[in-house]
Amino acid sequence: MADKKIRILIAKPGLDGHDRGAKVIARTLRDAGYEVIYTGLRQSPEQIVAAAISEDVNAIGISVLSGAHGYLFPRIIELLKEQNASDILLFGGGIIPDDDIPGLKEAGVAEIFTPGAPLADITNFLRSRYAS
Amino acid sequence: MPHNTVDFQELLVRGQSGDKRAIGRMISHIETYGLTENLIMRQLWAHTGHAVIVGITGAPGAGKSTLTDKMVKYWISKGYRVGVIAVDPSSPFTGGAILGDRVRMNDLALIKEVYIRSMSTRGQLGGLSLACSGAVSILDACGYDIVLIETVGVGQSEVAIMNVADLVLVITVPGLGDEIQAIKAGVLEIGDVFAVNKKDLPGADRTSRELQMMLDMNPNMGERQPPVLMVSAEKNDGVGDLCDSIMENYGCMKESDELLTRRNRRLREELLAYMQDRVYRRVLAPVIEADSFDDNINGFLSHSRNPYAWAEEIVSQIEEKIK
Amino acid sequence: MSDKQKWAETTLAKALERGKERKEFKSTSGFPLERLATPEDLRSDYDTALGYPGQYPFTRGVQPTMYRGRLWTMRQYAGFATAEESNQRYKYLLSQGQTGLSIAFDLPTQIGYDSDDPLATGEIGRVGVAIDSMKDMEILFDGIPMDKVSTSMTINAPAVVLLAFYIAAAEKQGVTADKLNGTTQNDILKEYAARGTYIFPPAPSMRLVTNLFAYCSANTPKWNTISISGYHMREAGCTAAQEIAFTLADGIAYVEAALNAGMDVDDFAGRLAFFFASHNNLLEEVAKFRAARRLWAKIMKERFHAKKERSMMLRFHTQTAGCTLTAQQPDNNIVRVAIQSLAAVMGGTQSLHTNSKDEALALPTEESVRIALRTQQIIGYESGVADTIDPLAGSYFVESLTDMLQEKAEEYIARIDDLGGATKAVEQGFIQREITESAYEYQKAVEVKDQIVVGQNEFMVEKVPVGQLHKIDPATAEHQIRKVTEVRRNRNQEQVREKLDALRAAAETDANLMPYILDCARLYCTEGEICNELRAVFGEYRATEVL
Repeated sequence: MADKKIRILIAKPGLDGHDRGAKVIARTLRDAGYEVIYTGLRQSPEQIVAAAISEDVNAIGISVLSGAHGYLFPRIIELLKEQNASDILLFGGGIIPDDDIPGLKEAGVAEIFTPGAPLADITNFLRSRYAS
Repeated sequence: MPHNTVDFQELLVRGQSGDKRAIGRMISHIETYGLTENLIMRQLWAHTGHAVIVGITGAPGAGKSTLTDKMVKYWISKGYRVGVIAVDPSSPFTGGAILGDRVRMNDLALIKEVYIRSMSTRGQLGGLSLACSGAVSILDACGYDIVLIETVGVGQSEVAIMNVADLVLVITVPGLGDEIQAIKAGVLEIGDVFAVNKKDLPGADRTSRELQMMLDMNPNMGERQPPVLMVSAEKNDGVGDLCDSIMENYGCMKESDELLTRRNRRLREELLAYMQDRVYRRVLAPVIEADSFDDNINGFLSHSRNPYAWAEEIVSQIEEKIK
Repeated sequence: MSDKQKWAETTLAKALERGKERKEFKSTSGFPLERLATPEDLRSDYDTALGYPGQYPFTRGVQPTMYRGRLWTMRQYAGFATAEESNQRYKYLLSQGQTGLSIAFDLPTQIGYDSDDPLATGEIGRVGVAIDSMKDMEILFDGIPMDKVSTSMTINAPAVVLLAFYIAAAEKQGVTADKLNGTTQNDILKEYAARGTYIFPPAPSMRLVTNLFAYCSANTPKWNTISISGYHMREAGCTAAQEIAFTLADGIAYVEAALNAGMDVDDFAGRLAFFFASHNNLLEEVAKFRAARRLWAKIMKERFHAKKERSMMLRFHTQTAGCTLTAQQPDNNIVRVAIQSLAAVMGGTQSLHTNSKDEALALPTEESVRIALRTQQIIGYESGVADTIDPLAGSYFVESLTDMLQEKAEEYIARIDDLGGATKAVEQGFIQREITESAYEYQKAVEVKDQIVVGQNEFMVEKVPVGQLHKIDPATAEHQIRKVTEVRRNRNQEQVREKLDALRAAAETDANLMPYILDCARLYCTEGEICNELRAVFGEYRATEVL
């Protein structure tokens, strides 16, 4: 009877308008059976976290190509902490140099997918986190 | 109810103090387990009945989300707290969904007095209107003065969802091809207030006139003469008047007992659905889930026994027990 | 029976009995590819379909001598951090033989926010240079004579503002507007469709576009007022045929907007420029450029009744396709860029940007930018493809592909016309939906290896650490914020207020806003201040998200 759906918020933080990746991920997750809440472009970390809380999502996925990842990821983590919502997972992708990844993970980002990562990596990652 | 360990009462208290996380949790809970578990509705009932519940529907491209965004801002400026449930009834067979209505309401995310929630069908439309009704009750109980249910108007499913509302706003725009045809007859009849959006577009006046005419000529409208207003959501023009008209309509419905009649009808339907579900779970489910049920079925298929006689027997046994 | 059919039934049939072909061959635009093109596949007459370079329908090129007169402009898109640092990079590029500048702006500049706006946090100087006022433009061109360089600015929603800064900065160098040479991208429709750096709703945005057309037509005769761009739609995932169609449909919308604003087609059409991507599929890309040129000429002549030949010429800039670059084995990208540049040159481009090998990882380093530029130079000076005009013309296959692509593009344009033109098609999400659909199809093909991406889903190696990447100094943001604060402090506040008020009042009317913005620019009004006046009147655009 219980119909537990995993809900995932997909957002583009910052000012960058290249949403090809975010849209492809949204579709991939939909086709894998997830409920995707898509918030589109130019979202501030504050807006993203507020939406994630209202929508009661399990995870937030963001795409950053502009180089602003060093600010955006940690800020979202910080806001989730402030609002007692650290159980919401943060993952992301985009143009993120290898050197920057350990720092982001240390800050609490669950996973980073860089250009060329197979879509299956992302669905496998989520499946491993949310195996019922 | 092994999987159901949430303390709903605690969540409700938190939700009533404005904790959106708690509200989100409660709605997820209802979406996942249905209304009947944990007697959620029984706990909510005492706290509900205050909110004005407005359904918003219209064809794709009519600008529903943009208009909703502006309406919420107007009501917030008047001191109301507003909840929005954005329903997307179209999900593919995978069971997944992309819910994108928030995109046009992103500015609202940070306003304390606003709560927005996206909902999909999860493959069962009947369940959706029940879940939607539950979400409305939660928002009502948590002190939201106005609850908007927004959905795209294309078929029967939306009519069912709109039945959850006290009154319904139908939105159209000029230039949807054969404009008025874009409003399906069924959707026309559930409308209490009509808005022609994008009023600065050529043909807006004509759309408004044609709509008025169709409403006048519709034999099913009875005594009702719903107002038709022209707005531009994008330019935030006429939105205040539209909101005021909705509230005025609500006021009239309250005075004329129309509201009571509608809520009566709704509660009747909900209770019926609720009781059917409870009876099913408590009485029928044990019968159907029993191993003997499968054995019996196999027997019926070999025509050695009559299934209908068996079913009557079971029902009689249940009746005996109840007596 | 034709000779080709005979061959197919005898020699070919036998070979196919012995062994099947590797796969089903399709163009990236989705139609099946000829196994063997022969004279039978040439459907059209030489004079009407191809003609001669510099003459209608310009299939063979827009100039009579093409690269025998002068090579294409080698124009590397660059800019990062502050005006001071970008100025150094430009001087370096010019010293290395680059012949034109192409300014990349950071995102706050592209969306009309000053560096000290909270929304700019984390983005200052990241994807391009931060320009807050004319002051930054002066620094950017310090020591670069503005009457000698041609400058391309990738700026769209606030194109009028940045052009005003450019003109005002030139005045300070003593260079008058009529001497200025370059391009503003100024293509707002593709921002709604694919790139996302819009500010205002479509109607006022189209007004700003045509305001710029009209101002330049009277004051900067050498300025290319717009670069109608397919590049970003292609990067967002559309096919080659869609790239032609969506770009030209946007072009049609701009021409109509200018005509509606009362301009004469031959007064502005000659200043319209185009911008395409160049991908790996060498022959399809060459055919794409040729088909686009021929189709635009036809549209300008038959639909808009242009009289001047120049009005019918599709002159274009090309950039190699960023989305084809892989983060894995980045050196392979040098080869991809070489193939793509070759396509652009054999397709008759007027200018070219070659991507750097490390762009899938970060902003390019100086070394990788140099390799990218050298790639163009090798093609220009060593390969010989620039020595004759339109070298692939007459190839049975390339000509049939050119015809096919034009046909597909015309079908799309007819659909967009039915929707009421490109502005409507974007508002309704038609173009976005087509792009997203193609992008998802491609990604799925990569996922199941129907589409091989060398080094990424096949021929992979253990990850090797990449060399040095370009880093933005964190002090950049502070420096830029300090600078804009100082600019605001040291100016005539009274005049500033007066001119900003005048701009707002003019925005309420139908006036051309360019002169008002120029007045503001000269007084060191910031970009954010100018855009905020316009936001107050025009409102802000909220996207139609199409998934």
